[in-house]
Amino acid sequence: MQLGSEAVAIDDSHRELEQEFLTFTLGPEEYAIDILKVQEIRGYDTVTAIANAPKFIKGVINLRGTIVPIVDLRIKFGIGNVEYTPFTVVIILNLAERVVGVVVDSVSDVIGMTPEQIRPAPNFSSQVGASFIRGLGTVDERMLIVVDIERLMLAPEMALIDEATA
Amino acid sequence: MAIDMSQFYQVFFEEAAEHLASIENLLVSMDVDAPDAEDLNALFRAAHSIKGSSGTFGFNDMTEVTHVMETLLDMVRKHEKPLTSDIIDACLEAGDVLRNLLAAHMGEDQADAAAATAVSQRLQALCEAESADTGCASTGTEGSVPAGGNRFRIRFRPDAACRQRPETLDNLAEELGRLGQVQRFDREDDGLCDIVIESTHALSAFEGVVDFVAESGSVVVMPLAEAEEDAYGFFEPADGVSGAEETAYGFFNDEPVATVSAADDEVVSEDGSYGFFAAPAPAATSDDDEAPDGSYGLFAKAVTSPVAPAAVPAAAIEASAKSERAAPVKTAGAAQKKPPTARAGGDTSIRVSVEKVDQMINLVGELVITQAMLTQSAEGLDPVLYERLMNGLVQLERNTRDLQESVMSIRMLPISVVFSRFPRVVRDVSKKLGKQVELKTIGEGTELDKGLIERISDPLTHLIRNSLDHGIESPEKRRAAGKSEIGTITLKAYHQSGNIVIEVGDDGAGLNRDKILSKARERGLDASDTMSDAEVWQLIFEPGFSTADQVTDVSGRGVGMDVVKRNIASMGGRVDIDSMGGVGTRMTVRLPLTLAILDGMSVGVGAETYIIPLNYVVESLQPGPNMMRSVSGVDSLIQVRGEYLPVISLREYFGVEGACTDWRKGIMVILEADGTKIALFVDQLIGQHQVVIKSLEANYRRVAGISGATIMGDGRVALILDAAALVGQSRKVLAVAA
Repeated sequence: MQLGSEAVAIDDSHRELEQEFLTFTLGPEEYAIDILKVQEIRGYDTVTAIANAPKFIKGVINLRGTIVPIVDLRIKFGIGNVEYTPFTVVIILNLAERVVGVVVDSVSDVIGMTPEQIRPAPNFSSQVGASFIRGLGTVDERMLIVVDIERLMLAPEMALIDEATA
Repeated sequence: MAIDMSQFYQVFFEEAAEHLASIENLLVSMDVDAPDAEDLNALFRAAHSIKGSSGTFGFNDMTEVTHVMETLLDMVRKHEKPLTSDIIDACLEAGDVLRNLLAAHMGEDQADAAAATAVSQRLQALCEAESADTGCASTGTEGSVPAGGNRFRIRFRPDAACRQRPETLDNLAEELGRLGQVQRFDREDDGLCDIVIESTHALSAFEGVVDFVAESGSVVVMPLAEAEEDAYGFFEPADGVSGAEETAYGFFNDEPVATVSAADDEVVSEDGSYGFFAAPAPAATSDDDEAPDGSYGLFAKAVTSPVAPAAVPAAAIEASAKSERAAPVKTAGAAQKKPPTARAGGDTSIRVSVEKVDQMINLVGELVITQAMLTQSAEGLDPVLYERLMNGLVQLERNTRDLQESVMSIRMLPISVVFSRFPRVVRDVSKKLGKQVELKTIGEGTELDKGLIERISDPLTHLIRNSLDHGIESPEKRRAAGKSEIGTITLKAYHQSGNIVIEVGDDGAGLNRDKILSKARERGLDASDTMSDAEVWQLIFEPGFSTADQVTDVSGRGVGMDVVKRNIASMGGRVDIDSMGGVGTRMTVRLPLTLAILDGMSVGVGAETYIIPLNYVVESLQPGPNMMRSVSGVDSLIQVRGEYLPVISLREYFGVEGACTDWRKGIMVILEADGTKIALFVDQLIGQHQVVIKSLEANYRRVAGISGATIMGDGRVALILDAAALVGQSRKVLAVAA
């Protein structure tokens, strides 16, 4: 899946201030993550299950010779229909020299947002720990949950890294 | 000028380690009675390089040790001092100390300052013992240029850094020695340095050299003839050269006496050295030549015709004429010294980080999988219609294979890298044990993976020490047994069906079957007289097992052989022993060619495929109806040929869904690790292949019971079982149950 830059029209005068985000959906909710953390987007393929791993870790795949673990965020956050179709999408993230794939319902687009557009999130309880939410972005009429994906994925509760190195 | 030197440290560490290794090799292979001149020079150069670069980087402890070592080696190679085994021992010791210091700088070890001082003193003592004989030794004119040309006097005041580290002056002397012949190098009480040099170079050349160590503005270089004439004739200090007349006077009064006598001694007593000191003259055009003592002859002449520049070349010619007659051998030796300079320029290898190579290997691995996928997809096509595509695919396959081979070969190093350290081990240990042992190495060119090279070295060292201590008998026993007093240890490496085989053989007494059996019973091991020889020999790999009557410095504590076996097993290899009483013992180590590839058996459990490392698999069988035995109502043991083995069901262990639960429909794979056997229950055996090991931890975490992952031909990931952990697991479960 190719994400063309034409998908987003960016006003040049705002370019320096704007940060680009990749948005994806989990059920009815829309999330945004820093696009610089995204390595690529691919379809969901067969995974090799790993024994005794948490339910949301689907297993590992072969990404051009690298063994990459796959996390299903829908299971982790308990939202959306957990089913795997030819349209299920995996976002491959590159975080702190680690490569991790996350399964989401769909990838929407790439959006540029200025810091003013991102409001601090009010205190509320959610499956996504409040500390991983950078804020709530508003673009047109949509509310985007801006997630610090790196902190989220490397958090001990994701069980993606050994405790010793966490 | 503040350059961050630390970025070059790694280069220094690597180079120093290489130099140390070559020093050791040269020392060990050196024939004490007839040392090869080229080897001596190589030794000196290596020590000199370490000294130079360690000084540059500020590792002064290393500089100090190498400085003394260099001085000693310099004397040896100039034949001022005969080579003795004492010198070799001292230099070997110094090499060890340097290695320790190097490791300390790399942060791997604690620097042993006491050892450094001790070895420096030992070397110093050796230097001094000899310098008394040679009188006033020449002032280190390494690679000097022939006599001839003009004489210059250089006076300067060393700068602060130079005053703190006196060895920089020696370096300077050497540096000047390349430009011309340093005839005098004095340090005066007031700190001034006074140098007399004869050279064909222009005056400015010396200024450039001396400027590095001198306080700015303190350098004075002048043509000597006039200066001395002035000083001598009119007793008037020349402008800017305070005290010139004093030194000039001293020069003629004291030094010639000493030098003349020294030179006379040599002329009369030692033909060889006489020839040698004059040898540089014929090699007038080579500036790599070693011309230590040529100055003697000139000094002697200088007395008769004080400071007459015209007379000097004549003297040189005379000396050279003599030398050509007296020492043709030495001149030939001088001629041989040219190649090293040429070789230095022809270095065709480059340093590349292992990371880059591994990255390339990974990419090629990917290419192989892609190529396999393409070939698979093309199979359904009509070969007539797609002839060109098919031809292209065949070519692609061939090219990929070639590419893979050549890329893998980058990581391969000849095993001589490991073998080269054993002559030293054999030398040291056999000396300690009072045995005479010769080491033969065969197949040093055999290549294996760099990762393995690093890890095989310790186990091999241990096997060799073991052979030396337990295998080879003492000279008396050997004579009594009708063997040559000199024992032989043979190291042999070769490739055999995708494995590298390394044999450590000795022609010693062989293993004593009865002794091993009785020791084994003593230790409560399961040993019976009906065991085959091979099984008995394997007993020596049991932890704490030793048949040595005495615990020696070398071995006998029973620590080690089990570690050897474990280390080799962790590399995916194994050790076999052949032995015959009175004839010898041979330990054969078999290793996979590379750490990255493993022979595996693939098994299916439910929809999953797992790889079991083949070297842990003893056998696989289909359980019969009466083989399963239950303990407290649960089937947990299987009886295989009289043995009760704990059963681990992979389905339960990994929680695989949809796997076979009926014992009779599945397969039992018997695994053995660390002497314990278990039966692993799986659905089916799929096949046997070589798999490329991929790290699971790079992007994920460690998983209990899994040692890694691999990519199968269809591009899917299969997990590799950690057989040793599974076996250990069963032990834990049983312990809890008991």
